Amino acid sequence: MVETTRAPGRLERPPTAAAGGWTADLLTPGELTVRLYGEWVLSSGARSAAEISKRLSGAPRPSRISFDSRALEAWDNILINFLTKLEAAAAERGVTVDHSGLPGGVQRLVALARAVPERQGARRTQQRPDLLTRVGSSSISFLAMSADLITFLGEALIGIGRMLVGRARFRRSDLMIAIEDCGPNALPIVALISFLVGLILAFVGAIQLEQFGAAIFVANLVGIAMAREMGAMMTAILMSGRTGAAFAANLGTMQVSDEVSALQTLGIPPMEFLVLPRIVALSLMMPLLTVFANIVGMLGGLLIGTLMLDITPIAYYNQTIGAVGINDWAVGLVKAVLFGAVVALVGCWRGMRCQRSAAAVGAAATSAVVLCIVLIISIDAIATVICTTLKI
Amino acid sequence: MSVAEPPLLSDPRTNTTPEPHIVVEDLTMAFGDFVIQRNLNFTICRGDIFIIMGGSGCGKSTLLRHLIGLQTPARGRVLISGESLWEVEPERRDAILRRTGVTYQAGGLWSSMTLAENVALPLEQYTNLTGAEIAELASLNLALVGLAGFEDYFPAQISGGMQKRAGLARAMALSPEILLFDEPSAGLDPISSRLLDDLILELRDSLGATIVMVTHELASIFAVGDNSVFLDPETKTQIALGDPKRLLAESQDPKVQQFLRRGEPAADGTIQTRQRTQA
Repeated sequence: MVETTRAPGRLERPPTAAAGGWTADLLTPGELTVRLYGEWVLSSGARSAAEISKRLSGAPRPSRISFDSRALEAWDNILINFLTKLEAAAAERGVTVDHSGLPGGVQRLVALARAVPERQGARRTQQRPDLLTRVGSSSISFLAMSADLITFLGEALIGIGRMLVGRARFRRSDLMIAIEDCGPNALPIVALISFLVGLILAFVGAIQLEQFGAAIFVANLVGIAMAREMGAMMTAILMSGRTGAAFAANLGTMQVSDEVSALQTLGIPPMEFLVLPRIVALSLMMPLLTVFANIVGMLGGLLIGTLMLDITPIAYYNQTIGAVGINDWAVGLVKAVLFGAVVALVGCWRGMRCQRSAAAVGAAATSAVVLCIVLIISIDAIATVICTTLKI
Repeated sequence: MSVAEPPLLSDPRTNTTPEPHIVVEDLTMAFGDFVIQRNLNFTICRGDIFIIMGGSGCGKSTLLRHLIGLQTPARGRVLISGESLWEVEPERRDAILRRTGVTYQAGGLWSSMTLAENVALPLEQYTNLTGAEIAELASLNLALVGLAGFEDYFPAQISGGMQKRAGLARAMALSPEILLFDEPSAGLDPISSRLLDDLILELRDSLGATIVMVTHELASIFAVGDNSVFLDPETKTQIALGDPKRLLAESQDPKVQQFLRRGEPAADGTIQTRQRTQA
């Protein structure tokens, strides 16, 4: 049949060994027979339906398409895609399509692809809003987020109030686990980092102070810097990466797996049960970690002082004791409590506001860390200005 | 040629005489010393829908993981088209497994990608198609499972039933010869579950793929199953093998009967539903 009538306007595509193809013949007037041959599979590449679609509107114009698939060797979605495209083009031009020449499986799949029509309004038109709209909407969402954080802070304060009068619902063991996690378990990394920070401060100071013959003042430099600023700040930054992110990821995952909903339906406020122990634990542990960090940092300075500057350990110790006053320690420790509360609050907040997917958990952890570090450094800067002004 | 030609060519993918596709030989599954199931022997024929059933915790999903090479047998072999998964080169194993598609119990859709991107990823990785062609095929796959127009949705934004179907679309992306479903209808309402069964039957008939399903939905088991294996958690081995409808009618094993009758000890060959007296 295919051989008998070589109709005008025959389209030929060179047959290759692996890839399948098609030829289209106008057999009887008005009927376009598409002969499919070879392998129409993913591994041999896609076939565009554009060419044959053009054929539908060219003269002489067919009114009907039929298929001959006797030479078809193998097929998969490549063929189905070709046929659905062809069919869409045919429908546009009012050409009827006769599927009977296709293998049964192909016929069924083409029908299946059409079976559920696209739901009205389901498809999303992705229009990028203009600059002004974007600036506006991100400003609004920033304000909304700030308001939400303040709400969360308020809820946490109410929770702490209930806790102080002994009415908050949480398990003591959860608090102990949180304390262990943000206290003792953090000691090695805090020790390492603050030792290195003390070392670096001493090193930088030593080179400068030695020029004036004032090498002993390295002890003042390291002692005051650690106690007032670096001890609390480095520990807080470490804890935001270590614990703040963990809180956000932990609570976020609980949100995804409906654990938070389960608490709510039991009438247990997640704020008291999940958030409070974490905030309390970190606020309690941060000052202790900071004291530890300060001492280890001063030991780092001592190492440089004795090895590089030939200061005796006793002299270094006496100089440090004389230089670092109780107010320096106090400033550092007050900041440490504040930082601990901020890290825990932000971590828990991002976790509790997590959307319900794995990607959202990652986003919650990331934004918790970033926000913690921004807040810590901002608070530290403000505190330094206040302390300088008040001469504390 | 006004009369439609009869389909002269029988379908190259469905025209197959029953031939073994997946063979499980003397398989023992274990985590360390803890044996899950032992002495499993069965054959899944090409184009069959094979059901793995059994009570909770009997190792159904673990068996599925052995069939797709996620877990190594403690003993025995799994042969796919005559090739033993663990006796061939790792590259060859990857090539064999690329011809299998899997849907996971919880969907397993990547939550950071849209549905179209989920379906497109296997195509991007394993074919030489262009971006536009891949996008077309991804849309086609979604249309086949009834999700036309949902290309730009994220998995978290659609319902559970739609997630299952999107998982199916992804599993089919590379036109696999074997499709494995872990609890495809778990968590679906009866109607969605029925529609999914119909879809699975339709895909088997048109693609000619071999389908392995882990399920304990009795309605699905009887509606789609050609063959099945029943795993028993107590004796830790298979206690029944065959067409689930025949097992219901003929099996003498009380555990199999109890399972297939939802615990109702009926002997007259019909499934009884419990009469509820309370309002």
